[in-house]
Amino acid sequence: MDPATAETLAGAVETRPQMPAPLPPDERSAPLRDRILAAVALYPEPRSALIPALRLAQEEYGWLSTEAFEQVADATGFTPALCKSVASFYDMYRLHPAGAHEICVCTNISCALVGAGETLREFSRELGIEPGSTTADGRFTLRTVECYGGCGWGPVVSVDERYHEPFGPDRVRPLLDELRGQPG
Amino acid sequence: MSETGRILLDFDGDRRNIHAYEQAGGYASLRSALGMEAADVVATVDTSGLRGRGGAGFPTGRKASFLPKGRTPAYLCVNADESEPGTFKDREIMLRNPHALIEGILIMSYAMSATSAFIYIRGEYRTEFEVLKRALEEAHSRGYVGRNVLGSGYDATIVLHRGAGAYICGEETALLTSLEGERGQPRSKPPFPAIAGLYAAPTLVNNVETLASVPFIVKMGGEAYAAVGTERSKGTRVFSLSGNVKRPGNYELPLTATLRDLIEGHGGGMPEGRTMKAIIPGGSSTPLLMPDQLDTGLDYESIAAAGSMAGSGAVVVIDDRTCMVQLALRVAEFYRHESCGKCTPCREGTKWGTDVVRRIEDGSARQGEVDLLLNVCDRILGKNLCPLGDAFAMPIASYVTHFREEFQRHIDEGGCPFVEQSPIASLYHDVSGVPA
Repeated sequence: MDPATAETLAGAVETRPQMPAPLPPDERSAPLRDRILAAVALYPEPRSALIPALRLAQEEYGWLSTEAFEQVADATGFTPALCKSVASFYDMYRLHPAGAHEICVCTNISCALVGAGETLREFSRELGIEPGSTTADGRFTLRTVECYGGCGWGPVVSVDERYHEPFGPDRVRPLLDELRGQPG
Repeated sequence: MSETGRILLDFDGDRRNIHAYEQAGGYASLRSALGMEAADVVATVDTSGLRGRGGAGFPTGRKASFLPKGRTPAYLCVNADESEPGTFKDREIMLRNPHALIEGILIMSYAMSATSAFIYIRGEYRTEFEVLKRALEEAHSRGYVGRNVLGSGYDATIVLHRGAGAYICGEETALLTSLEGERGQPRSKPPFPAIAGLYAAPTLVNNVETLASVPFIVKMGGEAYAAVGTERSKGTRVFSLSGNVKRPGNYELPLTATLRDLIEGHGGGMPEGRTMKAIIPGGSSTPLLMPDQLDTGLDYESIAAAGSMAGSGAVVVIDDRTCMVQLALRVAEFYRHESCGKCTPCREGTKWGTDVVRRIEDGSARQGEVDLLLNVCDRILGKNLCPLGDAFAMPIASYVTHFREEFQRHIDEGGCPFVEQSPIASLYHDVSGVPA
């Protein structure tokens, strides 16, 4: 990393607010159908629950398979084709199986100006895969994403939906070592 | 207002905990508002001169006054789908002062007699979602949200709704379509959401920063808020500063401040050894300003007079090493990716325009393609239901206008002359010995 970019990243560390500890994941004791019906009950019209329902199904299965769409359709009263059409519009729904850990590197302008490309290449090299693919052992999926809203604290990397900012190439190896040490 | 000049974020650390917020005077404005006539609350906001902080800058009080009186149901939708590249201020407001947003929602809901309010938060903001979820639970347990708020007889419902990743859902009609469970495509206006919004009912859509400012306006009074800022741009704004500066971050400044105050004063100026090449003043959809325009005010009118737009308040500083064709390519690719496909000029134009920029960047463009690019931009501009097409055409045309010789040099030399120096080059070229 060149000294001027290092200076910007050091400034970002100072201005970024303290992030709270993650909340524990929601209880999954209730069956998926019941959780979808609970979401439906929050809205004046059931169709508004379709996007939350798709998220619940993805959390259940890791991705949205044909069976997952069938279940969302059954619980919400829409057709599977409509559910799939809606899901395909949004970036966060996975229409294919993904790795156990999803690593997203923002490459939009503010992150690009402070070296997101180098962070991305470092991930590619360490994982031995191109962006948009999954490692052969199924552990990691690497993706590029558009602006994640951390522009002043970039480059932004999100791991399993948690932001890490600013994320220079020097943080790639330690992060992967940590994730490899975890079960799953 | 204190001597710092800040209103919304005038403290260190955070006030996530409701007791911290209450100790600082939080939720007193809600109490005051509930003791006022609803119309007087709207009038106070109108007097303050507050303008929408999402991007369009429309006067908030006037927008609320468009709702037909007494029609039910009516909805308030909070636009927390912050996605304009360069913008990260709503996120900081939600992280550090979530109760100010909730209090603002409650005041505005009461003022417009909303049946319920929905917070549409972008799906990627998971931690921010959790912060709001916890804050809403606290507000509920303290009697600020729910049935019979503080004994006033007013019932307040707030539903927290996560998006699923689509820039276009920040556009208000697309947000409503998405909230109705569909693909997030914009609708034709009219009818405006005030008449036929969510579920075809009267609906007000306001940005996070806009609503979070409302408790302070109620507390200070509309006149006191309007005393800050310029004649037509009132109050403070949280500016997101990013790119090649020493201290990027969010800075809340009165609207009398200039780009120089923000970039050099608060941001510390350029990193050691760099000089400024250009400035994006209001998010990636806005035309460039040049270094000799640093003394431009940050208010809506001054930036417009300088040839750009205040947009979402996102200022991106670009240093001298940057290849402007690569930057244009990143901007173009983004809008192509986010075009929802509903309007032909945007759907086709963002694709063809991006192809031209890519050819120029990689050296395969023919002579005359710089003009072709301007022609494509012109054919997109102003011809679509929502501003996404313009968000492609305006900045791309401005990159060409200001840096035409750089675009031409790529064509003449058959490739990018700045691969060795441009910070963006590593996205498009093998600059480190790693195969692309």
